[in-house]
Amino acid sequence: MILYIQYLKAYFMSISQYKKSAILTIIGQFLTSLFSLLGINFLFSQFNSLGGFTYEEILLCYSNITFAFSLAEFFARGFDTFPYLISDGRFDRILLRPRGAILQILGATFEISRLGRLFQAILIYIWVLPRSKIVWNFFNIFVLLEIQICGFVLFVSLFILYATICFFTTQGLEIFNIFTDGSREFGKYPFAVYGDKVLKIFTYVVPVACIQYYPISYLTGKTGNMLYAFTPLFVIPYTVLVVIFWKIGVKKYTSTGS
Amino acid sequence: MIKVENISKSYYVSEKREKTKIRNLFFKTRKQIEALDNISFSVEDGEMVGYIGPNGAGKSSTIKILSGILTPDSGKCTINGMVPWEERVKYVKNIGVVFGQRSQLWWDLPVIESYNLLKEIYKIPKNQYKRTLFRLTDMLDLDSLINIPARQLSLGQRMRCEIVAALLHEPRILFLDEPTIGLDAVSKKSVRQFIKNINKESNLTLLLTTHDMQDIEMLTKRIIFLAKGKILFDGEIETIKQKYNKKMVYIKCKGNKPNLIEGIEIKDEDEGYFTVKLDKKKITEESAIKYLISRSEIIDITSHDLSTEEIVIQMYKDYQV
Repeated sequence: MILYIQYLKAYFMSISQYKKSAILTIIGQFLTSLFSLLGINFLFSQFNSLGGFTYEEILLCYSNITFAFSLAEFFARGFDTFPYLISDGRFDRILLRPRGAILQILGATFEISRLGRLFQAILIYIWVLPRSKIVWNFFNIFVLLEIQICGFVLFVSLFILYATICFFTTQGLEIFNIFTDGSREFGKYPFAVYGDKVLKIFTYVVPVACIQYYPISYLTGKTGNMLYAFTPLFVIPYTVLVVIFWKIGVKKYTSTGS
Repeated sequence: MIKVENISKSYYVSEKREKTKIRNLFFKTRKQIEALDNISFSVEDGEMVGYIGPNGAGKSSTIKILSGILTPDSGKCTINGMVPWEERVKYVKNIGVVFGQRSQLWWDLPVIESYNLLKEIYKIPKNQYKRTLFRLTDMLDLDSLINIPARQLSLGQRMRCEIVAALLHEPRILFLDEPTIGLDAVSKKSVRQFIKNINKESNLTLLLTTHDMQDIEMLTKRIIFLAKGKILFDGEIETIKQKYNKKMVYIKCKGNKPNLIEGIEIKDEDEGYFTVKLDKKKITEESAIKYLISRSEIIDITSHDLSTEEIVIQMYKDYQV
């Protein structure tokens, strides 16, 4: 943990060399994701609800996903850029150091520009939480935190999964972005909106719906099923699987060297 | 101590095909390449060994295997009583690796910040860290450099900082992969001097790959010569020098070029002057001089031993690599 904080400190020291550039990219990210927000607003100027969800509920979903995803992108940038880590030899260097590889890759780099999106998510929270007609009792606050934390962990493990695939293909698979960036874009609306098949994919293959559609349904009172409130916890075994897969990938890397 | 026994490693590379066909996008024919073929050697504690060979000989693969980031197909290897690729985290605490072509310093940070991070990564006790850092920076005259961001250093300055970075945790073995590549003459000299000192002072075991024969000449007594994945020579560099010992004799003369007898070859010719090379198997220096002096005016006679560089070129030729 001390080491991780040192990595973070080193990153901010590096960033401080390019202050203007950092601020501009933060603003840029803020503005680009503003467009999808405008998209939601446009939709709701035509309709009153979408798949049974109100404007406020969709916004809550949007800010959950944006919050978790941009936080994950900020912290797990090393896995997002993993093909470069392999091709320029930095991953070899990581293996030469007496620390766990995952920790070192997480520490290798961060992405400050994502704080622009994170900031936007927080602004929306401030606006939407009091207006959402959800009673913010102790349990519901717990569910919200559960969504945020598990969402963050889920996206981090999706990035790790993406990096693991690089071991088998050397180059990153752009197609995999369907699941990372795709789940961010799709995930702004509850998956049920897209129909049953999409919901199933995002439940069983990439369990993004577990931190989104199901708990949101519970929070907004669409279902009384308590099980739906705990679906985000499904992320834990998923992450364990991803880490096992990652370890197999590292083994494969050290036996082929490429 | 490094002990390597019968290490082999082969890679699959996809074969290039002449015609571009859509089929090739989906199917690859793979070819097996022996990167290392039954390599065995051992290095004593405190020994300094030069690992040389042409490009693609398998030098980097060896370094990767010895440093634990590559698992060989077969063979045994024990270093400090451990198998490098089996207990990575435990093993790498005792080795340092410097890649001449890659940096391990944080690009935008002052060098000292990179060192502080390494202190944390290797969990170096504070007092030990202070002592080692002081000793190394003192030895290398780095005091003024370590507060400058790595990206602003010259290549030579950075290489010295890289070596210090690899030594902070006081490893017992240091692998240097082309440490002088791209450096100017002065920087090369100071890097070599430093490597020499560090080996002497702390009884560090050193394995060095290089293409620069002056590195070898200045640093190591023993070389391991590798080509096409096989060790072709392992021993004192002097042995090789003796084997290839050929004194080269050149004679420069003034006048017109006479008919040359056997053993005298023309090397170059300039207006009114010419230089010949003697083949000492065929003619003695004495008779050559006698022959030339009766036909022209001798201006200069030079002779020198084959340099290590020339010997290596000769070895590449002899082993047809």
